[in-house]
Amino acid sequence: MRRGAVLLVMALGGCSALYGPQSSAMGQGMESAHIGNLFDLFLWVTVPIYLGVMVFLALAMRRRQARVQGAARPEQEAGWRLGLVLFAVTSALILFGLSVATWFTDRTIARAGAGPALSVEVIGHQWWWEVRYHDPVAGRELRTANELVIPAGATVKVSLSSPDVIHSLWIPNLAGKQDLIPGRTSDVVLKVPKPGEFRAQCAEFCGLQHAQMALPVSVRAPGDFAKWYNAGLATPPVPGGGPEFAGYSLFTGRQCASCHNIAGTPASGQVAPDLTHFGSRTTIASGVLPNTAASLDRWIADPQRVKPGTQMPQVPLSPEERAAVVAYLESLK
Amino acid sequence: MSERTYLRDGPDLTGAALHDKLARTWGDRPGFWGWAASVDHKSIGRRYLVTAFVFLALGGALALAMRLQLSGPQKALIGPDRYNQIFTMHGTTMMFLFAVPVMDAVAIYLLPLMLGTRNLAFPRLNAFSWWMYVAGGSMLWIAFVLNAGPDAGWFSYVPLAGPEFSPGKRVDFWAQMVTFTEVAALAVAVSITATILKARAPGMTLARMPVFAWSMLVVSLMVIFSMPSIALTSAMLMADRMVGTQFFNPYEYGDALLWQHLFWFFGHPEVYIIFLPATGFVSEIVQVFTGRQVFGHTAVVLSLVATGLLAFGLWVHHMFATGLPRMGYAFYTAASMAVAVPSGIQIFCWIATIWTGRPRYRLPMLWVVGFIVTFVAGGLTGVMLASVPLDLQVHDTYFVVAHFHYVLIGGAVFPLLGAVVYWFPKFTGRMMDERWGKLAFWIALPAFHLTFFPMHYLGIMGMPRRVYTYPAGMGWDTLNLISSIGAFLFAGGVLVFVGNALWSLKRGEAAPADPWAAHGLEWTTSSPPAPYNFAHIPVVTSATPLWDPERPVTRGLRVEDREVLLTTVFEARPDLREPSPMPTLWPMIAALATTVLFVCSIFTPWAIVIGSVPVGVALIAWFWPKDRGPEGEPVVD
Repeated sequence: MRRGAVLLVMALGGCSALYGPQSSAMGQGMESAHIGNLFDLFLWVTVPIYLGVMVFLALAMRRRQARVQGAARPEQEAGWRLGLVLFAVTSALILFGLSVATWFTDRTIARAGAGPALSVEVIGHQWWWEVRYHDPVAGRELRTANELVIPAGATVKVSLSSPDVIHSLWIPNLAGKQDLIPGRTSDVVLKVPKPGEFRAQCAEFCGLQHAQMALPVSVRAPGDFAKWYNAGLATPPVPGGGPEFAGYSLFTGRQCASCHNIAGTPASGQVAPDLTHFGSRTTIASGVLPNTAASLDRWIADPQRVKPGTQMPQVPLSPEERAAVVAYLESLK
Repeated sequence: MSERTYLRDGPDLTGAALHDKLARTWGDRPGFWGWAASVDHKSIGRRYLVTAFVFLALGGALALAMRLQLSGPQKALIGPDRYNQIFTMHGTTMMFLFAVPVMDAVAIYLLPLMLGTRNLAFPRLNAFSWWMYVAGGSMLWIAFVLNAGPDAGWFSYVPLAGPEFSPGKRVDFWAQMVTFTEVAALAVAVSITATILKARAPGMTLARMPVFAWSMLVVSLMVIFSMPSIALTSAMLMADRMVGTQFFNPYEYGDALLWQHLFWFFGHPEVYIIFLPATGFVSEIVQVFTGRQVFGHTAVVLSLVATGLLAFGLWVHHMFATGLPRMGYAFYTAASMAVAVPSGIQIFCWIATIWTGRPRYRLPMLWVVGFIVTFVAGGLTGVMLASVPLDLQVHDTYFVVAHFHYVLIGGAVFPLLGAVVYWFPKFTGRMMDERWGKLAFWIALPAFHLTFFPMHYLGIMGMPRRVYTYPAGMGWDTLNLISSIGAFLFAGGVLVFVGNALWSLKRGEAAPADPWAAHGLEWTTSSPPAPYNFAHIPVVTSATPLWDPERPVTRGLRVEDREVLLTTVFEARPDLREPSPMPTLWPMIAALATTVLFVCSIFTPWAIVIGSVPVGVALIAWFWPKDRGPEGEPVVD
């Protein structure tokens, strides 16, 4: 199905990124697979048309020696006029065919979204992602940030909104993009047969750090997903001592707590990413850095150097205090 | 009928004596003030052309800066704040300050020559438009140099461009630049429409009108219908930002998507406003260099008209990811696909013309071939973008960047460069050097594809647009590096072209009136044309008047007053004598007053009230009734 694209790439000498975690050529999701098929159809139609026009042009240019002075004779024009009509009708029919194919693909994608098993809300902020899982059972609503975990095989409806500017959620391996528009809600349906790790990125220019607003997307086997979900609902224990406890005291006592939320602690800020299970995430600052102690230290030391313009301020902390905060956050598995 | 007797161009007055008198009547005074007061379409067209190419150079320099920053992952040459200004300025400059004005420039210079008249209609309005354009462009670039350049994209989507998320004056400079350029573009559009409809030479029926004039007629009408949309919406943005209206604030019953509808209702026709004049160039060039009238002349003209109409039904294809109703999307998919048909018809007609003609591969023709090779690819990726599901994947990625550079550079700039070579002798009296020109072509064409072809893959491989940096390990590094190298080579090709033009301006071979054995009326004038264009207004009996065995003229226009002949709209029968305005400084003064009003209104709404007084004074002086002698003189054949 992606053969068309793959063929063209091979013509270029091969290109492994086509198989990467942020590529629309793979079609690992229901929607992206349908779109991939449609893309192939378009390629198989348009590439021959392009080549045909080029051959036509080349032949026309080669004929120059054969010509005599003056305009074409009228009887010759009649043939060309017929050719023009045929050309126009053929191209209209081809375009009509492509429109119909488009329409059917669109219908198929729309129908496949019926009866979702899981409903997730993704809220775009400048410049991070808030994620909320809605569960019909009371008390099982899960909030997280900068990670989207979904179960393989299930129909997942992702509702999109934004409180600030327009963003766009694009998980190219799984589906097309959908804008997050203030004052409106839209949705995208994800249905992924197999587990995998992917990367989404904001695709609508949203200001200074539009370039660094990524979202790791993890598709897990249903059992693994349930395990992750239940772990996410648990409240992490307050550290009993050591640097983790020092970090806990700093985090809840200093500015951090006024923006961030960590369940089960006095930190209940709502304007920045929820950090309840921060230690289990793979990235920091919306996919900018890998989640390691060293990069977390770098991030806290000077957020503006890592992501100029980020809303996160530089909190004055000594290196020892920073190490404590890092130890605490990394312990929040 | 009249008491006085007027000196007329013939039958008694001919030759050198006539030329002297006409030159005195139509010429500008020497020096700066003569230049500033000029209402001659050639003087204004030249200025427009030079100004537009200056903006092209500026916008191109920004493109190179971006390609440097993106040549590898995580580069730190340009920070996000400056980068966002740079891509906003690049898009804004290229669309508003280069592409549209440059097409206007060629039309302003050439249309009166092609149509067989002595000046544009409303020449003072035309002069006014150039001052407005220069003022708006300068204001934007001065703001950018002072680190107050707009940074919300050339499309300025709200709420990002609104008062809450773009505080400061950056977006106001952008919105006000739009006001300047829309005033300029509307003024030119009105001038051109009136000229095409009423000032054609006797006998030049609509069917015999040059294809380029047809394209400019369609484009001017498109400007008149689409510009009010951006005028409205940029005014609403200014009001939201300055006086606290809430047109676009969803939390106060405004709507963020309203901006996109109004912007793209202008923005999509805009790309055809850029592209259609280029197809006009192609038709003219193909005709001359194949020695025959374009095959399917009627089909070509109808394609122009059809494109102009369809262009207004496509704007939603810029909004496929916004979640509007799917059934509505299907309509815009169909319309976006349909617009490919007229473009395809034109391509077919040009190739058929080459096939059945006797092509000479001089420089302008090379650019036409480069145009077809490039534009067809861009048109076909356009068909992909018309499809909603495909668009959801490639929208706002480098695939789209590749697509529109194929259609805007391949589809508009390549024909423009061909047109510059083709009409260079008319503009300057000298030929452009063929060998250096070929070198420029053979550098620019491959370099263009080297720059932009890899971007298709980058888009499919997940690289979004408008990013100042990207992480390593995404597999984008090599293609970005190739693209950056291509960009610098392409710039080199363009530099060779410009260098050749500057060298030829001074040293080029002197051009006769008609160096190409061309078909259009502009080639009956001297190279460069005299201030009055034609000593006698030509009479036209076919679509290719210079290839006719005879070149009849009409006589009897006044020579001591500026007078032009107006003809009927369809059949171009002589209709009226019309006085044509004399040089005056008032358009410049009015533009200056308007500039003060526009720039000051960025800082205080009171500027609109107070600033309108000098504008009013200037306009009253400009339009003060003039005694131009008795009217109603019968037309002399």
